[in-house]
Amino acid sequence: MANVSIRKVVKSYEGDVQAVKGIDLEIEDHEFVVLVGPSGCGKSTTLRMIAGLEEITAGEIWIGGDVVNDVPPRDRDIAMVFQNYALYPHMSVFDNMAFGLKLRKFPKDEIKRLVDDAAKMLDIQMLLDRKPKALSGGQRQRVAMGRAIVRNPKVFLFDEPLSNLDAKLRVQMRTEIKKVHQLVPTTTVYVTHDQIEAMTLADRVVVMNHGVIEQVGAPQELYHNPQTRFVAGFIGSPAMNFLPVQVVDDSGLKVQLADGTKMAIPPERVDRYGPYKGKKMTLGIRPEHMTETHESEKPGVQLMNAKVDVVEPMGMETLVHHFVDGVAVCSRVDPNTKCRPGEILPLAIDMNNMHLVEDSSSRVV
Amino acid sequence: MSGATAAAGGPVPRKKSKVGSLERQQRISIRSSYAALSIFVVIFLVPPFYMVMTALKSSAEISAQQGNPWIVQSPTMENFIQLATDASFQRYFINSVWVTAMVVIISMAIAILAAFSLSRMGFKGAQVLSTGVFLTYLVPPSLLFIPLFQIVGTLGLINNTWVLVLLFPTLAVPFCTWIMIGYFNSIPKELDEAALIDGATYPQILVKIFIPVALPGIIAATIFAFTVAWGGFLYPLAYLYSADQATLTVGIVRELIKGDVFAWGMIMAACVMAAAPPIIVYTFLMDYYVAGLTAGATKG
Repeated sequence: MANVSIRKVVKSYEGDVQAVKGIDLEIEDHEFVVLVGPSGCGKSTTLRMIAGLEEITAGEIWIGGDVVNDVPPRDRDIAMVFQNYALYPHMSVFDNMAFGLKLRKFPKDEIKRLVDDAAKMLDIQMLLDRKPKALSGGQRQRVAMGRAIVRNPKVFLFDEPLSNLDAKLRVQMRTEIKKVHQLVPTTTVYVTHDQIEAMTLADRVVVMNHGVIEQVGAPQELYHNPQTRFVAGFIGSPAMNFLPVQVVDDSGLKVQLADGTKMAIPPERVDRYGPYKGKKMTLGIRPEHMTETHESEKPGVQLMNAKVDVVEPMGMETLVHHFVDGVAVCSRVDPNTKCRPGEILPLAIDMNNMHLVEDSSSRVV
Repeated sequence: MSGATAAAGGPVPRKKSKVGSLERQQRISIRSSYAALSIFVVIFLVPPFYMVMTALKSSAEISAQQGNPWIVQSPTMENFIQLATDASFQRYFINSVWVTAMVVIISMAIAILAAFSLSRMGFKGAQVLSTGVFLTYLVPPSLLFIPLFQIVGTLGLINNTWVLVLLFPTLAVPFCTWIMIGYFNSIPKELDEAALIDGATYPQILVKIFIPVALPGIIAATIFAFTVAWGGFLYPLAYLYSADQATLTVGIVRELIKGDVFAWGMIMAACVMAAAPPIIVYTFLMDYYVAGLTAGATKG
């Protein structure tokens, strides 16, 4: 077990394409960190640099107190789980799991004990004699995890391990990965583009975009206090709604939409947003904070009428798509709310959970 | 009611006719395939058939004018027995086996190592080099044997089976390497990355992962190298002149054709015996051969 430290790490390819642009990240011992971001954001490259599968152009990577820039993958004491499992097709499950131990010249009975223990933990004891082609996707992914666990490495690396599985199995495996980390609390770096995976698994989530780290934080912190417009829009499904507004002073600080609609800023935020008076900004509001109206609304809630465009019943909730000031927005309403396309739906906007983005810097103020 | 029956029954035959037309199209294409393939089978199988028939005839029956030349009247193993007990023929056979074994071993060792490094080591110029390897395969051997004569003469290898052990790999290695590159490229890169992380060195990855996984490709390349060495005629003819060094292909011609006298029965029996090893090899390993040649042709 070890901490991982990424210091000013840069990865450039030929033609001066920078995949990773000088990132810093401290991962504590036993921590489960998820790197998340859209395709091409540099998350997989970062993971591969930790693994030693990509050379580092500049900066340093430390694992357990040692700089590993020039250490080959086999000497980094890490284990990796790949998206396509990467099981050795000609070996049985047992041999797949034992491969790393055999190369490290572990005694035979020790190998058997370690493989059996890992197989038991992952509930794959009955599959040990099978070849990978005789396994289902979920079983293969379990074997790939078993191969990683069995060596008891300092760091686990997961490269989008659930992307090849169907939706139901993905949810199941997600829970299993979390369970395994609770049993074997090895430092883990997990890469995914699925923000739900990131939120559910991570102790801390690292949101990356265009080769830089946008924000690092606990899942709830990222959700409720995003620091940039990108994080605000990326974390959360459906995504946060963004509306262009101007901060105005009209018997109290308000945000004004282009169509003239004004919404009061809650008193506790007046000091924070005061300096932006007169500036054009972007109002960010999550779908669950734009709901149907209730009999008694709490302070800070603004009412607005919206013409329903599309209704998506999801069972436990209903998503209503409509336009506000010409911008498509989404509301998350009670599934019992009756509304049909074309109807006017009175909406309650909870300004206590509003976010205000400065357009020039894309930072949430 | 009858109307209802008629209405219900109406669409059914139309549906049937649709399915029928598809089946008919399939039937026609299958029959055409069989017809076209039959022509090829006849063209390719007539010479070996004639070879076997002639090998089973006595010299008297071969030279007899009457009777159907395609049918054996009184089959005999005389030609085979005579050849099998002939010391020269045994020597040619042993020479061919020795040369072929050496060529296969050397060619495959070079081809596997070359293909692994070209496919996986990612060094500068690997792409150009792999194209270059394949281009050398396109140079006809008949253009090379005169300049090569100079080289092997300088090395003192004329009239020595080692000359074939040296030269046949130059024909076999490029194509074998090309087959192996195709096969190695079809192995997902994550497999060697997983092995690297598991603690394997590159030689261990080659031996423990690539060779077992690429076995069909290796078998395909081995069959090719085998064919080059076993069936090679020009180089043995050009560089080996004494009977004790000759391989089967030139030995048969030199031993069994004396001036204008052709010992047809023995020639054909020798051909059958010479053709047997490749036929056996192909029969048992055909599936691997096809899999090896087509590897990497499609994604996944």
